[in-house]
Amino acid sequence: MRQTRDFNKPPVVLSYATIAGPKEGEGPLASYFDKVINNLYYYEDTWEKAEQKMLLEACELALQKANVTKEEVDFFLAGDLLNQVISANFVAKTLSLPFFGLYNACATFYESLALGSMLIAGGFAQKVLVGVSSHYATSERQYRNPTEQGVQKTPTAQWTVTGAAAVLLGEGEGQLKIPRVTVGKALDFGLADPSDMGGAMTPAAYDTLLAHFKETGFNYDYYDLIATGDLANFGHQVLVKLLAEQGINFGSKLTDCGILIYSPLQEVNAGGSGAACSALVTVGYVFDELNRGKISKFLGLGTGALLSQVTTQQGMTIPVIAHAVAIESY
Amino acid sequence: MMAIDKNEYQKTIEKIKPKPPALKNSFLAFVMGGFICLLGEILFQLLVNQGISEKDSYTYVSITFIFISALLTGVGIYDDLVRIFGAGLIVPITGFANSMVSPALEHKQEGLVLGVGAKVFTVAGPVIIYGIISSVLVAILLRGIGRL
Repeated sequence: MRQTRDFNKPPVVLSYATIAGPKEGEGPLASYFDKVINNLYYYEDTWEKAEQKMLLEACELALQKANVTKEEVDFFLAGDLLNQVISANFVAKTLSLPFFGLYNACATFYESLALGSMLIAGGFAQKVLVGVSSHYATSERQYRNPTEQGVQKTPTAQWTVTGAAAVLLGEGEGQLKIPRVTVGKALDFGLADPSDMGGAMTPAAYDTLLAHFKETGFNYDYYDLIATGDLANFGHQVLVKLLAEQGINFGSKLTDCGILIYSPLQEVNAGGSGAACSALVTVGYVFDELNRGKISKFLGLGTGALLSQVTTQQGMTIPVIAHAVAIESY
Repeated sequence: MMAIDKNEYQKTIEKIKPKPPALKNSFLAFVMGGFICLLGEILFQLLVNQGISEKDSYTYVSITFIFISALLTGVGIYDDLVRIFGAGLIVPITGFANSMVSPALEHKQEGLVLGVGAKVFTVAGPVIIYGIISSVLVAILLRGIGRL
């Protein structure tokens, strides 16, 4: 079993777009987003519609930026956190493109990116549109409590990022290339605390990260930046500890999107989470850094906790996953 | 590859997981809980001084608190206060009101019957069920003791 795929003709990023929520717009990465909405309802009457609107606008903006019409897109790959992936499904209905609806919880963005790259590298598509979204209020309702219910969260709890991101992948030349991906395995390390998803997901990130380096044969200093999806402060700390036990130290080259998206003053407990967390940070911030030449080799690891309220209430432990996608500029 | 030992990992996580600040949380809950009791007592005395019977005054105090809590929940403040004061605002009757108003608000777009009507007890329901069961058990127990 080999988890990594190298692409002879790496797919390229043709364009990308991001829309962030109000809280994310107050965070340290605000200036990197194409648009920041000022209200969780985004002029709609339900949060679900607001999330769909964000995803649709991100997709349309990405197409517009690349000057590509809908008809030129071969496949639309999208997902979100809601039951029956409704945000992606409803946006797909509006876009009316050949569509794959995907779910890997907070790893959905990297799952979509990996699959989209494979479709292009494998010669099955020339242009693939990838999109994900998440919304604080829609997720809070589905996975946790009513938004206005008073609860005191634990220090390991995370804040679901509101936002949407879209990436248009294509063949040929482009500054940002995707030379390889490592597909993660769903694992279970017996953790059951739904308010500590960072700690639960860390072994998945560790597993995929080490598999990536083992299979590529790269030195640990090959990448300029490695970012995990949403392990947040606690999970990141545990990952650094696990790696240190194996004598591996990435130092400041290893970071986490859940830490980057908010400032510590924003009272988000351990940090951000959600499908849009890794998507906004990767597409908004990291792509910008790659384009400006500040870094040239990036490895992102989308991390997902594959639980539901039902599995938690029935006492089952949390399966987790992490997918790695390398993005390089040259 | 260096695999992670599952049991070892669970133990490590339990050991290093940051714990909620129990002392600070208890103190803030104590202060806020006490403050609500104080307000209740003041309101109660005012009502009694107005010539309202003690029994009715208790009811009016409860109703007032339920109203205030529902209002603060509706305007989106109550959950922010609970984040700070925790149990001090969850345990009193105001917390119970919050636990019914918040799901009602949350699901109002799904309609008055299947949204608000069906979901209003999702948080408070268990409290009511087990409250009634315990009161029945206690009543039977006390009756039993009384017979002895």
